[in-house]
Amino acid sequence: MYGLVHSFESLGTLDGPGVRCVVFLQGCPLRCVYCHNPDTWERLELNRKSAKEIFQKVDRCRPYFGYNGGLTVSGGEPLLQAEFVTELFALCHEAGIHTALDTSGHGGDSALVETLLQQTDMVLLDLKMTTEEEYRRYTGGSLQQTVAFLQQLEQKEIPVWIRQVVVPGITDSQENLVRLVNLLAGKQCVQKVEFLPFRKLCQEKYERMGIPFPLSGVPEATDAFCSEYTARFYELFCASRR
Amino acid sequence: MDHKNWQGFSGENWKTHIDVRDFIQNNYVPYTGDESFLSGPTQRTKELFSEFEDLLRQEQEKGGVLDVDTEHVSSLANYRPAYLDREKELIVGFQTEKPLTRGVNPFGGIRMARSACEAYGYHLSDKVEQEFTYRTTHNDGVYRVYSDEMRKARKCGVITGLPDAYGRGRIIGDYRRVALYGIDRLMEEKQKDKAEIALGIMDADAIRQSEELYQQIAFLQKLKEMAALYGYDISEPAANAREAVQWLYFGYLGAIKEQNGAAMSLGRVSTFLDIYFTRDLQQGVLDEAGVQELVDDFVMKLRAARHLRTVEYNELFGGDPMWITESIGGMGENGKPLVTKSSFRFLHTLYNLGPAPEPNLTVLWSQRLPAAFKRYCAKVSVETDAIQYENDDVMRPIYGDDYAIACCVSAMKVGKQMQFFGARCNLPKLLLLALNGGRDSLTGIQLGPQMEPYAGDTLDFEAVRGRWRIYQEWLCKLYVNTMNVIHYMHDKYAYEKTQMALHDTNVERFMAFGVAGLSVLADSFSAIRYAQVKPVRNEQGLIEGFETTGDFPKYGNDDDRVDQIAKTALEEFYTQLKRNPAYRGATHTLSVLTITSNVVYGKKTGATPDGRKQGEPFAPGANPMHHREHNGALASLNSVAKLPYEICRDGISNTFSITPDTLGKSRQEQVDHLVGILDGYFAQKAHHLNVNVLQKEKLMEAYEDPQKYPNLTIRVSGYAVNFHRLSKEQQREVISRTFHQAM
Repeated sequence: MYGLVHSFESLGTLDGPGVRCVVFLQGCPLRCVYCHNPDTWERLELNRKSAKEIFQKVDRCRPYFGYNGGLTVSGGEPLLQAEFVTELFALCHEAGIHTALDTSGHGGDSALVETLLQQTDMVLLDLKMTTEEEYRRYTGGSLQQTVAFLQQLEQKEIPVWIRQVVVPGITDSQENLVRLVNLLAGKQCVQKVEFLPFRKLCQEKYERMGIPFPLSGVPEATDAFCSEYTARFYELFCASRR
Repeated sequence: MDHKNWQGFSGENWKTHIDVRDFIQNNYVPYTGDESFLSGPTQRTKELFSEFEDLLRQEQEKGGVLDVDTEHVSSLANYRPAYLDREKELIVGFQTEKPLTRGVNPFGGIRMARSACEAYGYHLSDKVEQEFTYRTTHNDGVYRVYSDEMRKARKCGVITGLPDAYGRGRIIGDYRRVALYGIDRLMEEKQKDKAEIALGIMDADAIRQSEELYQQIAFLQKLKEMAALYGYDISEPAANAREAVQWLYFGYLGAIKEQNGAAMSLGRVSTFLDIYFTRDLQQGVLDEAGVQELVDDFVMKLRAARHLRTVEYNELFGGDPMWITESIGGMGENGKPLVTKSSFRFLHTLYNLGPAPEPNLTVLWSQRLPAAFKRYCAKVSVETDAIQYENDDVMRPIYGDDYAIACCVSAMKVGKQMQFFGARCNLPKLLLLALNGGRDSLTGIQLGPQMEPYAGDTLDFEAVRGRWRIYQEWLCKLYVNTMNVIHYMHDKYAYEKTQMALHDTNVERFMAFGVAGLSVLADSFSAIRYAQVKPVRNEQGLIEGFETTGDFPKYGNDDDRVDQIAKTALEEFYTQLKRNPAYRGATHTLSVLTITSNVVYGKKTGATPDGRKQGEPFAPGANPMHHREHNGALASLNSVAKLPYEICRDGISNTFSITPDTLGKSRQEQVDHLVGILDGYFAQKAHHLNVNVLQKEKLMEAYEDPQKYPNLTIRVSGYAVNFHRLSKEQQREVISRTFHQAM
């Protein structure tokens, strides 16, 4: 089984617990306005790799993983290549390597995704927007789809880290927090919520690719705001769980 | 045999024999807790340090050299005592009559001493010139014997950085012996050894050793005189913690007064001293703040150590380093950690006195080190960029558990082994010589086997390998011969009397060879093999450039196709070296280390088949070439980890720079992840890692505006340096290195 791979990063510490390898796949059904990796949108066949080849690279990094590291598959959207990822994860599991999926919950064939989740130890679920209208407007996808996927993870008791990019003026309001808390209410699978600051480092990439960057006029989110926003979230979230 | 100053210490063997390891094993207390017990600087420390900082500022303002004493020849008892602040100093002693004033040491070579004075606007006094008119220096001796070929190899830079004009260094006196035994006992033992030689056959080796022992004993006497100038009698063992630090420091001070060796490393003293600290703490004569004061004061003294160097030397080894390497941590052979509270205290000086390059703090990493110590080391790395790591788990089986690191990565048993330092061979330059049939296209120098330059349109892997083997064999012979000349003469004219007095009389010797430009060589062979490389010739038919088309595997991506080329290159080089006997029965060792000289070596080397341009710096040490790593940091580390330590017993240096954001979001995550990276790298038997956790932008700002971060310390290759003490060229090279960064 071959996958369309964008790149392999042997040291990732930002996508899941511990020291991890991160595989970025090619192809995504969404077009988020703040997307950092527009070069992963298309299903380009430039870099076809077998699951075995990728696994061997990951396996070489096993000494670094410690008790909680492993492999994260990100995108693009990994669900678009569910079969490939399933094979890769299965190889990892045979070798005792922890597997994580970084996804928005979009774009998979439901039967294939079902099989993939059997090999998935945890999910980093990008809950991009908290209203259906905004989700459609800013990403082209559906909040319903992400929420349905979260429900599936809840049923399967797969640990989830929720992530959201904090974009000033779009996802930085108190209302957004309240809606997020409501969406996550009662979900036992949610272990952590991370707010990632909107950054414009990717602007150069857009220019190179000749694509206009939709948020060029929006300021970056600060780390300070994100940590304060996170604190506010947990206050509400914990209150809702009591 | 017993002594009143040993009260409270256990064990017997160390009392009857000179055996510091046995003393440590019998008396030290391992510590597995965290850093919460540590004390900040006392008021006294702060005041003294601020006086010291004033001097450092003045030194910087004067262009890096505060003052030069041109009237004296540096030796143990030639200067009156000097103080920074006599009332406040707990540990005393400076190299010359004023702190930070540099002494003149012409024993390595008078020309070098003269030109070093002149470079800073001084004039070597007639008195010293006179004295050395009738003396043979090490440098004189070497040049009496150097062959034409040796001179040519040196001039074109295929062998380079040879210690033929200054002290060779890389010898670690066991300075702990001064504290544990006192000078009288050490002299007594040496006298016994000397008497014993006379009972055997007096051949050349025995006579030389006997004369060396005479010198050792004379210099132990001088060490006593030096201490007496400061009002101390070091005949007897140290009676308490403060004396232990002072005695030990006197030993080191004597060594750096006598020798201007490139690297004057300290050894492995923190756990030894911890035994004295613990005794005084138990007796209630010291508290934790008092112990830390002693450590801080000692470290301040080490930070004041200076040698007078020439401009060329500084160009090669940027930042005025002395490589006062202190090895910290590691495990005992019995499985107990050699980590004590004082392992923490020494690292803690980077907070109490701020980050600084010296002493060169080196953590001996083992998978089995206490978790809290691992985490503290990682925290110090993230916050100061001032420490390096070396793999205790690969060194301990070879060197036991009382070895230390000399310079950057050279392990040796303290007081039992020494090395003949031997610079390095420029591998890419050797490849170009081989292609051009023994002509250096940059200097026009002809040397080595003479043959027609490579004739084909494209470089054929097997054909190039064939040439490489011929030139490698020739060079290794020349290299060993050259080293033999240098070290014969160094022993004869600039023997390390103080340091060798603090060794066993029968020492094991290494001869430490080195290579530079390994990644350039590996990638060049890979390009020749996997891509198409066309040589570009000048009018004389010499190859002076290459056109490389197509992709090829590059070292630094965990790709066996090229990583094996690097490994094989080392194995073959080492095999060739070993075919040529080394002076005094020394064991050949090999390092992959450039220090900062990768910049100068690159400058002296033409374009290479891997696409590197003429004059472009090499990567430092065993690092992959800048920006050729496309699979992230761990893949890069994995490539370096494949280089075999058993072949490169003089060390494999890797310098690793990563941005804080890439290492993790919170400080706690950064620390955990760094511990994971170190564990993973060293579990694969890798040898050494310099760790920098910083933003490239910060270096760029510091480059543009030196006032912004005046104390910016970074790890370069085997040592740390104040960024501003590097040349602008070296600064640019550091900035251009790969900073592992998240996408």
